[in-house]
Amino acid sequence: MALTQELISEFDELKTHYPESQAALIPALHRCQEDLGGWLSPDIIEAVAAYFGMEPVEVFSVASFYPMFFLKPVGKHIVSICRNISCDLRGSDELVARACELTGAKPGQNSADGKIYLETVECQGGCANAPMMVVDGTYHEDLVADDVNKILGGLA
Amino acid sequence: MSHETYLLSRMDREDSHTLKGYQAQGGYKVFEKVLKEGMTPLDVTEEVKASGLRGRGGAGFPTGLKWSFMPDPEKDTRTRYMAVNADESEPGTCKDRVIMREDPHGLVEGCLLAAHAMRLDAVYIYVRGEYRLPYDRVFAAIAEARKAGLVGQNILGSDFSCEIHMHKGAGAYICGEETGLMESLEGKRGHPRPKPPFPAGFGLWGQPTTVNNVETIFNVPFILERGAEWFRGMGNEKSPGNFLCGISGHVEKPGVYELPLGMPARQVLEEYAGGVWKGRQLKAWIPGGSSTGFLKPDAIDTPMDHDSLKAAGSMFGTGAMIMLDDQASVVKSALVLMNFYDHESCGQCSQCREGTQWLSQIFQRLYDGGGRTEDIQLLTDLANGMAPGKTICALSDAAAIPTHSVVRNFKEELELYVQHGGHQGVLAARKLEGVGA
Ligand SMILES: Cc1cc2nc3c(=O)[nH]c(=O)nc-3n(C[C@H](O)[C@H](O)[C@H](O)COP(=O)(O)O)c2cc1C
Ligand code: SF4
Repeated sequence: MALTQELISEFDELKTHYPESQAALIPALHRCQEDLGGWLSPDIIEAVAAYFGMEPVEVFSVASFYPMFFLKPVGKHIVSICRNISCDLRGSDELVARACELTGAKPGQNSADGKIYLETVECQGGCANAPMMVVDGTYHEDLVADDVNKILGGLA
Repeated sequence: MSHETYLLSRMDREDSHTLKGYQAQGGYKVFEKVLKEGMTPLDVTEEVKASGLRGRGGAGFPTGLKWSFMPDPEKDTRTRYMAVNADESEPGTCKDRVIMREDPHGLVEGCLLAAHAMRLDAVYIYVRGEYRLPYDRVFAAIAEARKAGLVGQNILGSDFSCEIHMHKGAGAYICGEETGLMESLEGKRGHPRPKPPFPAGFGLWGQPTTVNNVETIFNVPFILERGAEWFRGMGNEKSPGNFLCGISGHVEKPGVYELPLGMPARQVLEEYAGGVWKGRQLKAWIPGGSSTGFLKPDAIDTPMDHDSLKAAGSMFGTGAMIMLDDQASVVKSALVLMNFYDHESCGQCSQCREGTQWLSQIFQRLYDGGGRTEDIQLLTDLANGMAPGKTICALSDAAAIPTHSVVRNFKEELELYVQHGGHQGVLAARKLEGVGA
């Protein structure tokens, strides 16, 4: 069983917020991804399915709909650069180019040392502080390309 | 620059997000008053109706009227819900985040008043997964309010009970569409549902449900505290009140500003956003988020309200203005948007699934240099096949509308892209003519 006791107790609590337990599935998948290695492996999907009394393929079908869930291994750090209109107008292409250069990865790939997963994402709601990127859940806004060096350089 | 503000008025305090900071500024007083002085659910709904408040999530639907669609609880004893739409993912839109981060108790108080008015059993606040800090702030606010007896069973010793739950999404634009949101909240793929049935009759778990945007609900305590008349004193007849205007793109001071509805777009641009950046001229602008269509500079005197923008050939949407300077490429921006809609289409309807993909491919080849003259007509034909009202939800419309607007207002630019073989060709031609960089 891939789930920890701690996670199972959290799921038990999550379920109390809804009349039907499946509603806790997406929040539960978030917690798995956070605690169990950064992505949803087939083992995790199976364990979550068993917990919710669902078929693994049903859980997979839900998980695969949502861009925040990773279904293949990703680096320890997730670097998400917004490519939508407000960021594009203020130079997000340059941030992406710089991040690619620094990591040796293309968007959707891990860096050569496997530490960083680089992706471009749709609008993150940082439009008034564009261009922006999100690193491990933290927003970095009003960026210029050189900021990417600083931010990525600071990742251990 | 002087107009009355209320939406952003409490946010200057360091502790504006805490119960202490909120109560120090009069927070929860109006909710207490409504409960203690016995203002009935109908009274509350009537006051919201009288205020003329319109939804701030994009469609501008009158809020009080929406609330009155909920079935009579005497006759329909099913569980009653509200889902607060905090999915905020319409490109250009970045306002609900400010409310949740800086004044989360204001949202909670709004939920309580809505719960009283619609006699709800529970409220779910559906927050997009990326909004960690806003989520945490609202989560903490609910916990504080619960401790203070303001959320949960027998609120403030009355017989009124209401639970408020937080729910985290996982990054899909379509989950902002109200029925996609409900499917997602139930733990499924965010596939919008055909309407009818409408949420008030068949919503979350098949029960009566109202979906409202964060900013909409945030307005409610102010309306109850100060009255519908006061609210109508701001904005204009058909679009009263203030709104949070996000302005982004090529301006000196992008930001989220609180403005009365009906303020001319030029005033927003010049007085608040500091004008087009780098001393350049305006080439194109979008008034209300990515779904609302590109306008030309000649429409910049249009008042920022629902009717005026509709008459100008666009929409108020989420009130998120996106400005493009004279060096910008409308083709590139349209391409970025069509890539977005293609990526976010849930795929249930062929018109939308295929249409968004084709639109993005056509804008791509126009941009890259493989565009043909017929492509311009093809854009129109495709968009006509996608909307209006041809699909389960309005995402298809949201892609068709900007496409039509580009063909209508920026046809010359499309022709230039065909003629000069794409973006590089256009840049080279501009240099030859000595225009721009
Ligand atoms: C594709 C699509 C995406 C939407 N995204 C959002 C959103 O992120 N937030 C929101 O409040 N409304 C969004 N809406 C509008 C909702 O369907 C709904 O009209 C709104 O939440 C109702 O709240 P209101 O009446 O308070 O505006 C979206 C609509 C569509 C068609
Ligand atoms: S219009 Fe598009 S997003 Fe909406 S239900 Fe149909 S395919 Fe899905």
